Amino acid sequence: MSESLVKLSIDGIELEVPKGTLLVDAAKKIGIDIPVFCYHPKLEPVGMCRMCLVEVGTPQFDREKGEIVRDENGDAVIQTWPKLTTACTTPVSEGMVVDVQSEPAVEGRKQIVEYLLTSHPLDCPICDKGGECPLQNLTMAHGPGVSRFTLEDKMHLEKHVALGDLIFLDRERCIQCARCVRFQEEIVDDPVLAFAQRGRHLEIVTFSDPGFDSYFSGNTTDICPVGALTTADFRFGARPWEMNTAASICPHCPVGCNLSLNTRREASSGGGEVVKRIMPRQNEAVNEIWICDKGRFSHQFAGSTQRLTHPLVRKDGEFVQVDWDEALEYAAEGLKTAGDKLLGLASGRTSNEDLFNFRSLMTELGGSAVLYESLAGGSYSAAYGVSGGTNIGDFTSGDAILVAACDLHEEAPIWWLRVKQAAERGATLVVVNARPTRLDAFASYRFHAAYGRTEAAIVALINASLGEEVDAVVVDAEGMKAAGKALATATNLIVFYGGEGMGYAGSESLVRACMRLMDETGHVGRKNNGLIPVWPRCNTQGAWDIGLRPTNVGLLSELDSATGAYVMAVDPAGDDPKFAEKLQGGIFLVVQDLFLTPTAELADVVLPAQSFIEREGTYTSGERRVQRFYPALPRRGEALPDWGIVARLGEKLGIEIEGSSAAGVFAAIAANIPVYSALDYASLAHAPAQWPDVGGADGFFGGTSYRNHQGVGVQLPHDAQDFNLIEIAIEPQQSEAAADQLLLVPVTYLYDRGTLNQLSEVLRPRLEPVEMKIHPDAARKIGAEDGADVEIRLNGTVHKLPVNFDGDVPEGVAIIGHSQGVPIHEPAVVKITPILSRGAE
Amino acid sequence: MAEHVLLRHLDIPDIDDLDVYLEHDGFEAFKSVVKDRTPEEVIDEVKTSGLRGRGGAGFPTGVKWSFLSPGVFPRYVVANADESEPGTFKDRILMERNPYQFLEGVAICSFAAQANTAYVYCRGEFWDLAHELERKIELLHERKLLGKKLFGTYYELDIHVHLGAGAYICGEETALLESMEGKLGQPRLRPPFPAAEGLFAKPTVINNVETLTNVPMIISKGGDWYRSIGTEKSTGPKIFCLSGHIEKPGNYELPLGSTFRELIFEHGGGIPNGKRLKAILPAGASAPILPATDEVLDTGMDYESVPAVGSQLGSASMIIMDETVDIAWLAYKTTKFFTHESCGKCTPCREGTYWMYHLLNRIVHGKANLEDIDLLDNVAHGIEGKCLCALGEFSIMPVVTGIKHFRSDYEAHIGDAR
Repeated sequence: MSESLVKLSIDGIELEVPKGTLLVDAAKKIGIDIPVFCYHPKLEPVGMCRMCLVEVGTPQFDREKGEIVRDENGDAVIQTWPKLTTACTTPVSEGMVVDVQSEPAVEGRKQIVEYLLTSHPLDCPICDKGGECPLQNLTMAHGPGVSRFTLEDKMHLEKHVALGDLIFLDRERCIQCARCVRFQEEIVDDPVLAFAQRGRHLEIVTFSDPGFDSYFSGNTTDICPVGALTTADFRFGARPWEMNTAASICPHCPVGCNLSLNTRREASSGGGEVVKRIMPRQNEAVNEIWICDKGRFSHQFAGSTQRLTHPLVRKDGEFVQVDWDEALEYAAEGLKTAGDKLLGLASGRTSNEDLFNFRSLMTELGGSAVLYESLAGGSYSAAYGVSGGTNIGDFTSGDAILVAACDLHEEAPIWWLRVKQAAERGATLVVVNARPTRLDAFASYRFHAAYGRTEAAIVALINASLGEEVDAVVVDAEGMKAAGKALATATNLIVFYGGEGMGYAGSESLVRACMRLMDETGHVGRKNNGLIPVWPRCNTQGAWDIGLRPTNVGLLSELDSATGAYVMAVDPAGDDPKFAEKLQGGIFLVVQDLFLTPTAELADVVLPAQSFIEREGTYTSGERRVQRFYPALPRRGEALPDWGIVARLGEKLGIEIEGSSAAGVFAAIAANIPVYSALDYASLAHAPAQWPDVGGADGFFGGTSYRNHQGVGVQLPHDAQDFNLIEIAIEPQQSEAAADQLLLVPVTYLYDRGTLNQLSEVLRPRLEPVEMKIHPDAARKIGAEDGADVEIRLNGTVHKLPVNFDGDVPEGVAIIGHSQGVPIHEPAVVKITPILSRGAE
Repeated sequence: MAEHVLLRHLDIPDIDDLDVYLEHDGFEAFKSVVKDRTPEEVIDEVKTSGLRGRGGAGFPTGVKWSFLSPGVFPRYVVANADESEPGTFKDRILMERNPYQFLEGVAICSFAAQANTAYVYCRGEFWDLAHELERKIELLHERKLLGKKLFGTYYELDIHVHLGAGAYICGEETALLESMEGKLGQPRLRPPFPAAEGLFAKPTVINNVETLTNVPMIISKGGDWYRSIGTEKSTGPKIFCLSGHIEKPGNYELPLGSTFRELIFEHGGGIPNGKRLKAILPAGASAPILPATDEVLDTGMDYESVPAVGSQLGSASMIIMDETVDIAWLAYKTTKFFTHESCGKCTPCREGTYWMYHLLNRIVHGKANLEDIDLLDNVAHGIEGKCLCALGEFSIMPVVTGIKHFRSDYEAHIGDAR
């Protein structure tokens, strides 16, 4: 059924738009910019600022005759409304005549600007927003040239209010549009901002502790139409017009948010170019115009003085700085001797080009290229992953999303946001997890599945969807039946799965169960249907597509049989002392990285790589969208892109590897990886017009950075393949824990203590504390006290850390974050011993 | 005048005692509608009476009740007891002196609206009164006049008292609803209107205390009886709150359409100290100032006649000003009030009242020049027709009409500076 259209005219131009369209949007469609401050196309209209006043007339209606009054020419007689109307709150109606440029409308808007400016400090010369400020722009376009307000009557308010660690508020500049308050409430459900007081004293306050506690807080500074909200990162850092902009892709998680990197030359870095801020870049199918705070604030690592800038070779036990030629020759000699005992380690942290060259080199040398990650399922992506044309933003009533074994809010915040919004639009959301997550509040059905039993819960869902008996593993059998039915009848179904609480084998079982669910419910091979793995890295999907696989025997045994190792952008020694031990003895080790990591410190050769900020390439997101990122900064020192280093190393080894350009490597990928065969580097840069139009010349919605000039990427196609999905191994893991033991489960936190977060000065106060979360009842059984230290023994090493009581943690389980200092990659049964305080002894 | 319809405590001592109220047929009207009438019949009776909202807008009450979205439940009834307009003190006296008639009105309205829960939203300063109302509601529960299975039927009703935090804006019905929901008191965008999505997004009737207090008498004596009082379009009695330069200030219940002259000189006893009557604010701070001409004094106080002479009846809080009142000073005071009470949601009210206040401050303190008077007039007119709710529009009334009718009062201050 097509949407019903409404015909109207705006400034004499006739147009037809869908029923329900707001006047402000209808005008935008024909290129008429009605100025706004409080209105934002992503937020519900509120009509507060009154900037969008227009004159509106509607056909006069004769109630008695029940028809429209017509003049002698048969034209409808138009009755102009007595008052000016806010275009942002008024939906179009048939025959409406809108006059944006009528004298009362122009005068009315001028007055609104004048009123706003009476209490605005007009400190544009020192304001961060100056140059991309809607208030500044609209004053020039619509306001009076001179103020009639007496200067000494101006209100003076606090100008440096820290709402939290990341966001500052200038109370004088605030024009009370409530975009920030509404964003926090409507969009991200962190209602931590509000207005306090009233009238001219109305002020933005935060109620959370810590202040402005939200993973999405930075977005409020983008949509703030004045310089009232600024980031701790950027405030007083640069003027918008001084900066260069480069398109990029966020490297922190598999969502693949589109970014704009703003850079400038700085005296503080010796006249060198530095990243001043990261802004979202519009991609309605990926991140719309939002990014999370990690994506925005965790970029300082690129400019860190700890970056590797020159190749290093170990001579007589010490690192010596050498030139590329010498380093590569030394590395080539060493790796050559390893032959098939050569182990290559890489991860989804690097680009497709890097991984393709890496794998090509390893294959030619006869070694194995191992993906240093443990979530399974990438080899099924072409058949079961989501494919071209998929957009969670299209999900609505009748569609369904299943989220299993992951905490999207922590692991991939923008997916959390998009799934939440799909549920709010009416899509059925089913969540299967071992513990409560932030998504539960939006779920139609929530099922608790103990760690190690997630796949059993999915099997129960499959049975429910087929109308069969539901396995006893599920407590809520009735709910399961209803959820199964909802999934079976859904128009579209997307399944997000993660690996929380399971190792590689467990996640393999889970993904196969999910695939069976897709098969049984008929949700395969169409757009908006498929699996989305919640990968631990931004380009894990690409790594799988290119052919890298996790080890199925364990890294320790891989290292045991290796005599040479080539490690690209991963740090096993830093993750686990066991790996460090192995890497120390008898292995010729080449490490390629940004930093002198614990693994690099053990290396024979260290090769300096460029970060995503200094180079170009492509990442493939969890939604199988291949997207290009572009260099924003010049290279640091002698560092090279990973793909280039691999190619040069190949040259030394007599192996021909494409090394002329990233585009060249991408062409090789397209030629060799079937599912990429239809892609080419240039078409990834295609940037069609998007709606809503937020990055336009009008500048109403936060500067110039939203506009996507450099590509929305291309989603990979579907490729049908047959897999035997019947055998699903279900491995209960918990039953082995004895009475005084707990299952220690590593989980992902957005603000973990990994290197990249540690190097972001502004994020540091927000990093997760190093602690273990236990259910109070479980803690009492072992005699642990809230906040007190305990000891855990893991692989023979004792770790000491505090316990935090958390009623959400399942009994028999202890939760600890990844990258929080305790080397744990998979759930492990541990004994937890309280450290008795002196008083208790 | 005949017996009071609203201020019945003047005729019946101790009517605030439930037993006394019941002796005088109290709650018979409620009982009769619950037992013998349909909600539609009650609404029709109120429509017949011609009763119009006494909060200020004068919207036909029965029509308002019939707007509730059909088939959507639960529904709510809210009595607006946020009596905040300067010079208005009628709802308080009704709730203090004739409380059961008011509560019976709430109950009948609830039945008509098919609501099982009603709220009385009291302004923050009414905390004492609010506690007293709560005690009286408890008593009604004890006597089975509220609660479950009322009068042997399946109808049930509970009334709760909600205390505001002392904000003028919360008298605006949608701001009141926001406040009741625990949010900052700011008006909502309309549509949706409260009849479709009101309290907790459910169909809601909001009526002023005085409006609801009329209802039991309409039910017991009939809509036709009621419309025999007052004028054709403005039916029934109205409480006029008389204050300012008047010999006998207080609440006077008169038929709508009674003249200003009758109220001020017959009932109010005229202007004290032999002074001349200069002007009238007929609806508190929210209405245009009326110069006290003979034409005005002989105008009937009803919803049609007062607008015809350039003002509004509003809540009928008559502030009387004698010749000693400086109208510029008056505007300074009302604007100070509106600046303080502006909720701040929309730009023209938030910024405009602040600007007007500062201009008036200069004017009354002799620091302004003649152009400032025109600027003030221009700033005030700039607010006009651009606000989110009516309160912003009200704020300019004493200013623009003061300059129009009493410009010399303003100019006198300019002389001060010279």
